[in-house]
Amino acid sequence: MRDSLGLGLAVGLYGAAFGAAADAAGLSVWQAVSLSALMFTGASQFALVGVLGAGGSALAAVGSALLLGTRNTVYGVRLVPLLRPRGVVRKVGTAHWVIDETTAMALAAPNPVLGRLAFLVTGASIYLMWNAMTLVGALGAAGLGGTARAALDAVVPAAFLALLWPRLRRTFPEAATQRRVAVGGAVVALALTPFVPAGVQVIAAVVAVALAGRPRTVGTPAPSEEQA
Amino acid sequence: MSGTSLWAAVLAASLGCYLLKLAGLSVPAAWVEQPWVARIVDFVPAALLGALVAVQAAASGQDLVLDGRLVGLAVAALALALRAPFIVVLLLAGAAGALVHVLFG
Repeated sequence: MRDSLGLGLAVGLYGAAFGAAADAAGLSVWQAVSLSALMFTGASQFALVGVLGAGGSALAAVGSALLLGTRNTVYGVRLVPLLRPRGVVRKVGTAHWVIDETTAMALAAPNPVLGRLAFLVTGASIYLMWNAMTLVGALGAAGLGGTARAALDAVVPAAFLALLWPRLRRTFPEAATQRRVAVGGAVVALALTPFVPAGVQVIAAVVAVALAGRPRTVGTPAPSEEQA
Repeated sequence: MSGTSLWAAVLAASLGCYLLKLAGLSVPAAWVEQPWVARIVDFVPAALLGALVAVQAAASGQDLVLDGRLVGLAVAALALALRAPFIVVLLLAGAAGALVHVLFG
């Protein structure tokens, strides 16, 4: 119970931060709310508005969102044995709520019945909270003046850092590699910034780091559970 | 960017992310549980978020700039290292950015 309250609060804050970030990136309130209602996967939404906010093309922004969205495919595979969504309608409905938090709560439940319940309760509460707070954040940010705008500009990179931070902690699987990868992504992106169209450097950084990491990572055992 | 292309990006990315979720429930597990898929899922977020942190903090279009955002980021990193809650991290970063704006315009 305390877990889910804490989760709700954290999700609400991220939702408001997302609404504000979307506004800072030049999206309308409707576009911010549509993203939360239709995409409903926080990291991808942040990536989309992050690239657009950096002046990137729509294609680069969509690409970043999809790269982060691949996580949910793996979650879905893990959830199938637990949720057993039968029929097209159930599957189509269930899929929309397959995200970090619902997967973590469902898989942590002691038995399948509670697991299915946890998935539904977490999904419903997060969906409501996330959308409501996106609206609050977007509306709030739309009315800001110069100094508040500067504050918001500083909040956006801090929010990305907060998303990244758990992966850099010593307790995270392969934290040292995660750190190398994160620093590599940052360095390549900054190095490319003056030379490529805005936004493209983000995708290019990911591709460069993926290619550079390949020889080292081949043959290493698959990591255990990633953070959900 | 025009409203229409923003909407196109919003809707295309939303549809794509939904289909990625649906794929997980629909395709055989063996297709997804490949080592290379696991590597992508484990490490692409770190590279992408690292790149986004850097670009959001120090890039303005194609220029690299030093302003309140970088100061805010440093403050946020310190707060995260001290295990401050999310809201505190964001408030401190925002306050630092606003302070730099007021002091140096």
